[in-house]
Amino acid sequence: MKSNGLKLSIEIARVHLFSKPKQTIIAMLGVTFGIGMFIALVGLMTGLNNFTEEITMTSSPDIHVYNDVTEPRKSILEKENPEGFNLVHHQKPKIESPKLRNVNKMVELIREDERVLGAAPTLSSQVFYNYGPVQLNGNILGVEILEENKLFGLRAKMKEGQIEDLLTNHDGIIMGKGLAKKLNAKKGDRVVITTPQGYTMTLKIVGIFQMGIGVVDNVRSYANISRVQTILQQDQSYITDVNVKLKNRHLSKTVAAELQGKFETRAEDWETANATFLTGVIIRNIITYAVSFTLLIVAGFGIYNILNMTIYNKMKDIAILKAMGFAGGDVKSIFMIQSLVIGLVGSFAGLIIGYTLSVLISKTPFNGGDIISLEHFPVNFDPRYYIIGIVFGVATTAIAGYMPSRKAAKIDPIEILRGQ
Amino acid sequence: MEKVLITNNVTKYFYEPEKFQVLKDISLAVNRGEFLSLVGKSGCGKSTLMYVLSTMDTDYEGELEIAGVRLTGKAQNELAPFRNMHIGFVFQFHYLLPEFTVLQNVMIPALKRGQVSRAETEERAYEKLKILGVEEQALKRSSKLSGGQQQRVAIARALINNPDIIMCDEPTGNLDSYNSQVVFDIFHQLTHTHKQTIIAVTHDEEFARKSDRVVEMSDGKIINGLHK
Repeated sequence: MKSNGLKLSIEIARVHLFSKPKQTIIAMLGVTFGIGMFIALVGLMTGLNNFTEEITMTSSPDIHVYNDVTEPRKSILEKENPEGFNLVHHQKPKIESPKLRNVNKMVELIREDERVLGAAPTLSSQVFYNYGPVQLNGNILGVEILEENKLFGLRAKMKEGQIEDLLTNHDGIIMGKGLAKKLNAKKGDRVVITTPQGYTMTLKIVGIFQMGIGVVDNVRSYANISRVQTILQQDQSYITDVNVKLKNRHLSKTVAAELQGKFETRAEDWETANATFLTGVIIRNIITYAVSFTLLIVAGFGIYNILNMTIYNKMKDIAILKAMGFAGGDVKSIFMIQSLVIGLVGSFAGLIIGYTLSVLISKTPFNGGDIISLEHFPVNFDPRYYIIGIVFGVATTAIAGYMPSRKAAKIDPIEILRGQ
Repeated sequence: MEKVLITNNVTKYFYEPEKFQVLKDISLAVNRGEFLSLVGKSGCGKSTLMYVLSTMDTDYEGELEIAGVRLTGKAQNELAPFRNMHIGFVFQFHYLLPEFTVLQNVMIPALKRGQVSRAETEERAYEKLKILGVEEQALKRSSKLSGGQQQRVAIARALINNPDIIMCDEPTGNLDSYNSQVVFDIFHQLTHTHKQTIIAVTHDEEFARKSDRVVEMSDGKIINGLHK
């Protein structure tokens, strides 16, 4: 009995939809447009997010261990007299070496942790690169190049030369592509650098890398740890930073806290270090969803309107159906079916339109300039968003259709049948 | 005689614009196969009574029983399937669904009932259309028919579920005298050869006079025709 009623409702709904094809198509187009734009927007926005995240992650470690000399410290007064009312105004940091204590042991311990993919001790120095009479500001990172590769996939970023060349060349450096371009230098050339202490040194370019981010490629070179220790005129145990990469990036907050407790030094996780970047991601997501929601709500109003009009035009039909034994629920289902069909077909067409737009966008040339190396817009084709899209579309039409359908169910047939 | 419809002291009030008693203690019994006309001046409450009898109006006091089932106090959701099975409707206007064919229009109440197969329903619909003499129009859109034909299709639709009663509200009110005569003859035939019960609200005096029983109402009361 029940399924019979539903079958009949579907049949009536079908006739209604096909008897006014123009109106039906316009209602569907509203949904199609909303979903299509949602897919295209989400694809582009999340594509950009993923791209920037990937770039950020290739150049920043999951956890950065270092000695934070600017960390606020307790005054002596507070240590001596913790219960008292102490006032020390504008306390300055004391002279402290950024050197990490007992680095070899620390790195060994970190590597023993099974959540850790790799730990690389590094140190860096500000230097001037001399280009004839011009001095370019930059820095040199002292690394164990093989461990660094394990963390940041350096090998894939090499434009010229091999990372192993650094091991055999004691005074070799691997230079950022932007910096090399500025210095008009090629692989095999020698460059003269000046340290902040005024010390001058000649180094040989054994390779050129490109990370894809201007702030790195335009200033950075890699050298062996011992070479940078020489530049800084420090001893062999002088290491200022340990970069840690985890197997699961999302654990970095907890692991960082553990390391900080264990080694009594600062351990910063990537989320804290890249807070601005993450804020950007959140804001982009908010914009995407806000725009898509607005589009869908507009589409929903369209469906609401059209269904309201249909019901108004079909008052007599509804009255006679009710007289003939259709209950309120049967009438409601006739109109709900119509709105759901509009929603499903419209959303599905929207997915196709959205996919087409995404493909077109991903083929559009885009020049990232010196800041990021990018040839096309990055677009995300994650099927999850397509599922969200269709769920969104159908839900909006269901809500928009429910109110007029309920109204149709409540129509009093007597008023229509007897009032002439 | 088997009573197909019985009312007991049906009373009804209108509350808009002010409280007004439309029906006053209506007690009526209708026999099976009776062709009953409900007449009276405009505003006497005859249409209101018909909508109470047809179960569409549930806001009344008193009791209503059709085909041995007490209907007073039932909710609309229970009454809708009851109407589907036991009551057929013919109104002043045909109220056919304009996008559907004649055949589909006639079939809809039977499909809603869902007791017999689609093929059998279609066969039965053709049979009813034949009784009404409009079987040639079966596959046309209902909106393409003339007024008289449309009203006949509406009667075929009212008959499809073999109801106990056909309720009519001014069935000839919108027809010319020829078609009025045709509709009357059909009703007459239905009641006399098929034992169909018909209750018709009408202004058409000739129509009323020729029917089996005339119930006259005035000011919400039955003033004439309680007995045959």
